[in-house]
Amino acid sequence: MNARPYWLSAPALLLYTAMFLIPMVMTFLLSFYSYDINQGIVTGFKLANYGEVIQDSYFHKIFLRTLWMSLLVTFFCALLGAPEAYILHRMSKPWKSICMLAILGPLLVSVVVRTLGWAILMGSKGIINETLMSIGIIDAPIKMMFTTTGVVVALIHVLIPFMVLSVWASLQKLDPQVESAGESLGASSFTVMRKIVIPQIMPGILSGSMIVFALTASAFATPSILGGRRLKVVATTVYDEFLGSLNWPLGAAIAVLLLIANVIIITSFNKFIERKYAQAFK
Amino acid sequence: MSKNSPLALIFNVLFITFMLAPLIIVCLVAFTPLGYISLPWDGFSLRWFYAILDNPHFIDAFYLSVLLGTVSATIAVGMAVPASLAFARYEFKGKGAIMAFFMSSLMVPHIVLGVAFLSFLTKVGIYGSFIGLVMTHVIIIMPYALRLVLSAVTGMDRSAEDAAVSLGASNWTVFRRVTIPMIIPGIAGGWVLSFITSFDEVTMTVFVASPSTTTLPVRMYEHITETIDPLIASLSATMIFITIILMAILDRFFGLDNILVGKGK
Repeated sequence: MNARPYWLSAPALLLYTAMFLIPMVMTFLLSFYSYDINQGIVTGFKLANYGEVIQDSYFHKIFLRTLWMSLLVTFFCALLGAPEAYILHRMSKPWKSICMLAILGPLLVSVVVRTLGWAILMGSKGIINETLMSIGIIDAPIKMMFTTTGVVVALIHVLIPFMVLSVWASLQKLDPQVESAGESLGASSFTVMRKIVIPQIMPGILSGSMIVFALTASAFATPSILGGRRLKVVATTVYDEFLGSLNWPLGAAIAVLLLIANVIIITSFNKFIERKYAQAFK
Repeated sequence: MSKNSPLALIFNVLFITFMLAPLIIVCLVAFTPLGYISLPWDGFSLRWFYAILDNPHFIDAFYLSVLLGTVSATIAVGMAVPASLAFARYEFKGKGAIMAFFMSSLMVPHIVLGVAFLSFLTKVGIYGSFIGLVMTHVIIIMPYALRLVLSAVTGMDRSAEDAAVSLGASNWTVFRRVTIPMIIPGIAGGWVLSFITSFDEVTMTVFVASPSTTTLPVRMYEHITETIDPLIASLSATMIFITIILMAILDRFFGLDNILVGKGK
């Protein structure tokens, strides 16, 4: 047997084993340890951390809030991102490239900067409130910071480029002649949309939804800056357990649960898409 | 191809406005002459840009981020090239598993990676060191580097290599003089995407950065959670300007859509 491919992939394989596999296994083990205020982390094998997360209504609330936010963000990304990708697809150059740049460019800007923009817009003395009040539409500032709406809007902004990209990719495979055929046979543009376009871009919408959902469920910086302590999500809870209350085992258990949920969602989504649209991948 | 309806064009304008509004606001606020967050109605001032220079901890963090991105992207691409050659040109036992292993770090949320790296680096005793930071970043950017380099190697026409071999070139010469020049767009694209991903990373780095090895996004995140002032806006505006310049360079050399599409999948 030829040993060369193993030698070629050895450097990356070694690094991945040392820096990825071992830390992940360690975190998994850590989640079974316990934490004592006086002794610190106590090694052992107890399910107590998982028990606490599963039984405590405080954690239920955090997990449910994260799920609800992820569903909202995914829904709106699909609702707004898919039509935008379709409109882009029908545009002609150079506008197409310019709009594409405006939508995808923000992906290259740090999420901290993008969230800062929303914080400036949404504060009680923020640009939106000041403007609305000076025009006289509202009397008192609308509360947007530290609300679910605020976090969801900012997360849509952060993640919608992934949806546009994903739908865009599936539109590239769409044959424009099928659309014209539908039109020339007398179908209304609504029928063409419903019967020809949407079924063909559905795999793109679904895989975009999967990316957006997974990234929202584990988003950290945006909910942390715009949601603060009052609107904790799973990721910010993990952060607080690790760097605030120093209860690493409990934080590790929450992180493991988040990872398991993430892997289940991604793999079942993938299976579903592959089964339903098997012919689209051939 | 049929044209977009006026309604569709209005939707498009609103969508683009939504995408750009927060970034434009940051850039406008950065020019305020006042001491708090406000739009520069009464004239533009560069005072908050000069203020960055009086905050060496931001400057230090910027240099650290650039160095970290450069070193990690170089290591990641350096590992991705031989691995891609192995995947594209050989059939070997465990190939699928190894490839899945390299891509699996994409499935792990950055917050989970942060937790894992924090406990690992503390255990090994290199928490807060630059080398520890580099290794964690290589894991995060490796899938991006690998994907772009692999697609370049897979799509490469091998007849030039065969010609070089038949003319008597050694393996090393073929690799250096034929293979590398032919896959250089993939290597460069992978490097740039890796660099940007490393430079922007905050969620994982928050866990592994110590006060003396803090990256710019982490420093900015910590600043924002305490106070939102025009200083952070001018810093963000500077980062946006740098990104725009980088984008222009990238677009000129590789075509921006190629690189961005790599990020989305």
